[in-house]
Amino acid sequence: MKKMHFSELWCSSPRYWGGLSFLAFLVLLGLGAFYHMEHNGHWVTGMSNHLVWGLPHVFAIFMIVAASGALNVASIGSVFGGPMYKPLGRFSGLLAIGLLAGGLMVLVLDLGRPDRLIVAMTNFNMKSIFTWNILLYTGFFAIVGIYIWTMIDRKATQYYTVAGYVAFFWRLVLTTGTGSIFGFLVAREAYDAAIMAPMFIIMSFSFGLAFFIITLISAYWWAGRTLGEVRLARLKHLLGVFVGAVLYFSFVYHLTNLYMTQHHGVERFILLEGGIYTVMFWLGHVVVGSVIPLFLIYSPAFATSRFAIGTASVLVLLGGFLQLYVIVIGGQAYPMNIFPGKEVIASSFLDGSIVQYTPTPAEGLLGIAGMAVAVTMVAIGARMLKVFPDSLEDPAEVEHA
Amino acid sequence: MGKHNDQPDGKRRQFIGGTILAAGAATVAPGILLTVAQATGESQGVSSDVRYGMLIDTDKCVADCTACVDACDKENGLDLQQKPKGQSDDDWNAQRPQWVRKVQLKDRQTGDITDLPMMCQHCEFPPCVDVCPTGASFRRADGIVMVDRHTCIGCRYCMMACPYKARSFIHQNVVNQLVAAPRGKGCVESCNFCVHRIDAGKMTTACQDACAKEGHQAIVFGDLKNPESEIASILREKNSRQIRADLELNTGVRYTDL
Repeated sequence: MKKMHFSELWCSSPRYWGGLSFLAFLVLLGLGAFYHMEHNGHWVTGMSNHLVWGLPHVFAIFMIVAASGALNVASIGSVFGGPMYKPLGRFSGLLAIGLLAGGLMVLVLDLGRPDRLIVAMTNFNMKSIFTWNILLYTGFFAIVGIYIWTMIDRKATQYYTVAGYVAFFWRLVLTTGTGSIFGFLVAREAYDAAIMAPMFIIMSFSFGLAFFIITLISAYWWAGRTLGEVRLARLKHLLGVFVGAVLYFSFVYHLTNLYMTQHHGVERFILLEGGIYTVMFWLGHVVVGSVIPLFLIYSPAFATSRFAIGTASVLVLLGGFLQLYVIVIGGQAYPMNIFPGKEVIASSFLDGSIVQYTPTPAEGLLGIAGMAVAVTMVAIGARMLKVFPDSLEDPAEVEHA
Repeated sequence: MGKHNDQPDGKRRQFIGGTILAAGAATVAPGILLTVAQATGESQGVSSDVRYGMLIDTDKCVADCTACVDACDKENGLDLQQKPKGQSDDDWNAQRPQWVRKVQLKDRQTGDITDLPMMCQHCEFPPCVDVCPTGASFRRADGIVMVDRHTCIGCRYCMMACPYKARSFIHQNVVNQLVAAPRGKGCVESCNFCVHRIDAGKMTTACQDACAKEGHQAIVFGDLKNPESEIASILREKNSRQIRADLELNTGVRYTDL
């Protein structure tokens, strides 16, 4: 293979600064939303004592899950020895860091007491999977930072393979931890399932790669660099496998629940009678997020269509977001079965009834600001560091990756 | 800035260093300003020789009576909380803190109606304590489960984990509060068996007193470990149940005739 040359992503100043200003505007809107919620208290959100995690958590989990998946491309290059993927490793790491930072920002700014972040960093309850996640997320920044360094700095290349393995192992544990946040909730019927952890891992593969493909195409278009068809086709087919796998895990999760009588209620709610959640599940997760992208990916009519690849990736992200919305919000909207065998006739605390949740604009703006932070970090990182190869032209002889 | 080549000037390292430094400072600074009070005095010396618990006789609990709820609201300053201006009644009802609630149940098979107060069940193995990242949610040696509002960061994971929906998040500004029951916007709280009374040497909770005053006497509070206590002797005589006993949390609150 020809020697790769990497350079900073360059485009004209007005375009670059214009883009950054737009992102900064989105971040400012999000910070305003944060101030509004923090100053007044969470009563200005749609969240309540009955639906305690809302739209900001969907955004946060979405980005955190996608972050570890975005690192996959680098892992394929170093751990699984795929030469076609190796030149993409640097950007893969940068995107992973950006997405994780964006997701964590949303999570932290939605805390009831965001000013007590230092408490979370100095008081650890090691039995809490949340605590483990705090350590896993912090470690992820450090490890991926070192990983990128071993890719960029020639003096550090000797540590490249080790860093690659550590990062790969770490990202698997990290997503296991994120999935387990739900898997460990024994009392809620929609959660409390060991399959949550592997399901979140495969979701991360899919969402992370979709983010990667979109940003890669955009960056090369933005800078006017060449991006070969073969490499993009590889990524596309990998995305197809991941999308199929997510659908499979989702199927198994619901099938298992349908077998257990005590979970029939929550399954009926999500799959049939849940109103908006049912629509999001079937239309969002299954049709828009899985079936249509699979068609776009595998149909010979779109074999080399860059537009189809981009659209498929966007739809995977949209469907994935709605899938998480159903898991996080839908799972809480369905009432907990506190009194098995009994029907709740009256309660001042909404026992036994479906919880209504309407997110407020502030919640959405905070989430979007998280996305903007991720893109800003990637844009600045790509401008300052040599993460993108000058050209990703197809190699003359395609190696088997 | 009119440079038309691929090479930015050589200030990247400085910029990266500066950015990391600024991000670090922004993370740590609020914590330095924060003063964490140390618990002293009464809360020390709690012994695991006792385990506080509560027994509720659902046969004696009367429909439409809210004496326990009202007493709890008054004792713990919940009645001092005000609906924020412009908030709808439905939203306020979903967001205001409630430590005890009255629930009416109907048996799906027999149609029997049961009334009962529902609150924190003070589990021996509380899921809220397991999941709390900072250890703010804790169980005292005497079995009382409560929240340290100095270290609660308001993540609400305990509320997700509680099988009894016993916890409330303070969604609004706190205008008035009682010395005995401190409250913080953005923190989680729940029934603590009137811990301020226990620590001051009293042996009844506000809900128990109110229920007795109404003449119902459906609530008995006491030491589960002391065989001489009223609660222990009734538990020996009558069949009682834990709610969601399948979760094996060994709750401190038990119900008879449920």
